[in-house]
Amino acid sequence: MTTPVPTTLPRLLRRNAEDMPQRTAMREKQRGIWQPYSWRRYWEETRDFALGLAAAGFARGDKLSVIGENRPRLYWAQLAAQCLGGIAVPVYQDAIAGELAYVLDHAETSVVVAEDQEQVDKVLSLKAQLPHLRLIVYDDPRGLRDYPTPLVRAFEEIQAAGRAFGQIRPLYVETEIEKAAAGDVALFSYTSGTTSAPKGAMLSHDNLLFAAGSMRAVEEVRSTDEWLAYLPMAWIGNSLFSMAMHLLVGFTCNYPEKPETLQRDARELGPTVALAPPRFWENQLTAITVRAADASPAKRASFRFFRRLAERAETLRASGQTVPPLLRLGLLVGEFVIYGPVRDQLGLGRARWAYTGGAALGADTFRFFRAFGVNLKQIYGATELAGLCALQPDGAASPDTVGPVLPGCEIALEEGEVLIRSPGVFKGYYKQPEATRAAMAAEGWLRTGDAGFIDQRGHLVIIDRAKDVGKLADGTVLAPQFLENKLKFSPYIGEAVVFGDRRPFVAAIIAVDPATVGNWAERRQLAYTSFQDLSARPEVRDLIRGEIERCNAGLPPATRIRRFVVLNKEFDADDDEITRTRKIRRRFVAEKYAAVVEGLYAGQGEVALSAAITYEDGRKAVLESTLAIVAVEPAGEAAREAAYA
Amino acid sequence: MATNAIEAIAGERRRVQLAVSGVSKHFGGLCAVEDVSLSVAAGSITSIIGPNGAGKTSLLNMISGVYKPDTGTITLEGRDITRARPSEVAALGVARTFQNIALFGGMTVLDNIMLGRHVRMKSGILSSVIYWGLAQREEVAHRARVEELIEFLQLQDLRKQPTSALAYGLRKRVELGRALALDPKVLLLDEPMGGMNQEEKEDMARYILDVNGAWGTTIILIEHDMAVVMDISDRVAVFDRGRKIADGTPGEVQRDRAVIAAYLGTRQERAEAAE
Repeated sequence: MTTPVPTTLPRLLRRNAEDMPQRTAMREKQRGIWQPYSWRRYWEETRDFALGLAAAGFARGDKLSVIGENRPRLYWAQLAAQCLGGIAVPVYQDAIAGELAYVLDHAETSVVVAEDQEQVDKVLSLKAQLPHLRLIVYDDPRGLRDYPTPLVRAFEEIQAAGRAFGQIRPLYVETEIEKAAAGDVALFSYTSGTTSAPKGAMLSHDNLLFAAGSMRAVEEVRSTDEWLAYLPMAWIGNSLFSMAMHLLVGFTCNYPEKPETLQRDARELGPTVALAPPRFWENQLTAITVRAADASPAKRASFRFFRRLAERAETLRASGQTVPPLLRLGLLVGEFVIYGPVRDQLGLGRARWAYTGGAALGADTFRFFRAFGVNLKQIYGATELAGLCALQPDGAASPDTVGPVLPGCEIALEEGEVLIRSPGVFKGYYKQPEATRAAMAAEGWLRTGDAGFIDQRGHLVIIDRAKDVGKLADGTVLAPQFLENKLKFSPYIGEAVVFGDRRPFVAAIIAVDPATVGNWAERRQLAYTSFQDLSARPEVRDLIRGEIERCNAGLPPATRIRRFVVLNKEFDADDDEITRTRKIRRRFVAEKYAAVVEGLYAGQGEVALSAAITYEDGRKAVLESTLAIVAVEPAGEAAREAAYA
Repeated sequence: MATNAIEAIAGERRRVQLAVSGVSKHFGGLCAVEDVSLSVAAGSITSIIGPNGAGKTSLLNMISGVYKPDTGTITLEGRDITRARPSEVAALGVARTFQNIALFGGMTVLDNIMLGRHVRMKSGILSSVIYWGLAQREEVAHRARVEELIEFLQLQDLRKQPTSALAYGLRKRVELGRALALDPKVLLLDEPMGGMNQEEKEDMARYILDVNGAWGTTIILIEHDMAVVMDISDRVAVFDRGRKIADGTPGEVQRDRAVIAAYLGTRQERAEAAE
């Protein structure tokens, strides 16, 4: 007989501490060495902090926010809050003051656990706007010696107070853990909001554990796995893996030293499983391309040769064909000289699987990594579904689908929009019944807001955000995201926003990738001073035109990009143009750059732009400039198509 | 008046860690330092300011044992170090950085800072080569301290980089790390912010304050940026042409007529002030 699986996150923590007290639960790179923490230690630290919170008056239903990079203590704090029947509210560490104030105030956070002085300062500056805030706890004491107590306290101080409290009430935390029900809310995950102000999705213990458990039912997750916790703590994908899955499966969660050392730490550690947003894969591909371009001619040639081999083989495999023996021999050689070393550099040398999720990844980028031997697969979910509802099992990897829905999930389509019903569906948005009603269809179905369909194999295909799918004036269906991902496969294009709904043709706003285009310009001895200057170069416009023509060659004529501008600033989350998880906020961009869009369709040669920009400290300025509008001639494409044929 | 008296008593009570009294140094006919006295309280930050050639670096050189004064004495915690060799002064807990960065360019950040532990290492050449027992334990202990400093100075991502490849501001930071590796009681910084941009200066000022706060290290620094000096110093000593012309809190020094004359005044006013 097996004991039933515990139903809340704190109970799972206690189970792990009892079943495998000496096993390594967490490993934090500090002072150049990976320092292990056992499951017993995880529990004891969490319990002491929970006792300290209780002594400070933290009660059931209170909210605790964490802000900072991934650090063990920020997880102990979240679990401690949950032990007491409280709710963890992780927030984005790079959020500017206004956003942070909104979330902390809306969530009625009473305790903030901050990583360091920078975050403490940010929260302190908002104190006047946060009537519920009673306590700020910091992890790293550096520079915080003279801060006002009792509002600002050290993590150890709270734990010490907790141990004193524990002398009087020894089993306080254990009793509180027993009071919880599986359906209690454990986490508020604030959606990054591509459309409006952030909304706090209320997720219960069983929401999170359903998502984690149903993934484990179809994908192999081992207790011996090594997981690298580097994703933004506020992203649901991180809470799902670094918290719920970690506790459920009992693998080891590793915390890099700091963001700058991530790549090296990952390589040292060799995570056995990985999850990253599309942006990560796009950036890695760009970095690889830049490094290859900088290499000696012989290395460059061999990289290009083996890359072509690998991509050809992957295309064959993906379409179910066999790879001819000669090509297979080439791959074998390539594995030694190129593919293996590249995977090793990426820190994916040991990864059994790697998922991309959170947004769509371009097919070409997807193919590149699979060709290089990374078992990259797609995962699909939503914050309102505790992060997960479909994934691709081995053998079903494809850039076009997101795989079958997980066991226990039901799927339906309503006017092209994907609806999901499962035990993972959230408890609503905190204090926003209107928004909750809008998100829920009848009988517990969640509207994902994504347009999609089920293919003949039963795999879910996501086309785009439902509200973004449009039609050209002649009635051709247009999925902007699909085109944007195709454009972004070009290493020179950093971000792209495509327009065309109720318009005669497709047009795009392009932001170049400063690293690759900068590198390209340097190799051509093209002098430039800033991103703005670089973007305005006619040579750069020609470069981008060439990239767009190449992209157009693979598209049906009606949806080819006919006109574009190269924007002279990067899309920035501080300017609300993209979300913190780096999704384009299309409507906002369309509004902000309305004059540019009109210019694109008016047939002008250039357009005046005045764009508001926000500095990191929240100051605002206006950028005045003129952008050249470039037309992409069908003639040029025809020539390229001929050249490629 | 009464508060001044109280402050004076409080000042007396603060332990004097480093005392320079009546020190002069001549190079041939050139008088670099003329009859200078300075007493530095334990755990304080003292800045030395003054125009080029005022004798600031010469004074640091005498404290650290590079130059021997012609007259006068220098004591560290009551012990006379006037004639001590640089290595002896270092062993007593006085570390310094240089105006022109003096790092080993081909060595990594880690090795450069590790080098600062040298005077604290006990094992001989033979046991170090065999690297077993004491020598190994010692290396591990020293490395732990160096890692602590790397974390303190936020150099984690540059640990294995050769210092020659680093930006100027970062090299200055590594040099500070190497000085700190000595676990100094007194830290002498010769223009720690020279040649830095505003952001780098602010970072360095932060590190200097943090060093002082975290370990209570006494700091003496030479600096030209007045805003920084006035912000971070407990005491400021002003030098001009080899003499100390003022010494006090930042506020006092800013109001001092001789200082204003030396820094802002015309030649005539300066002559008047000297009378």
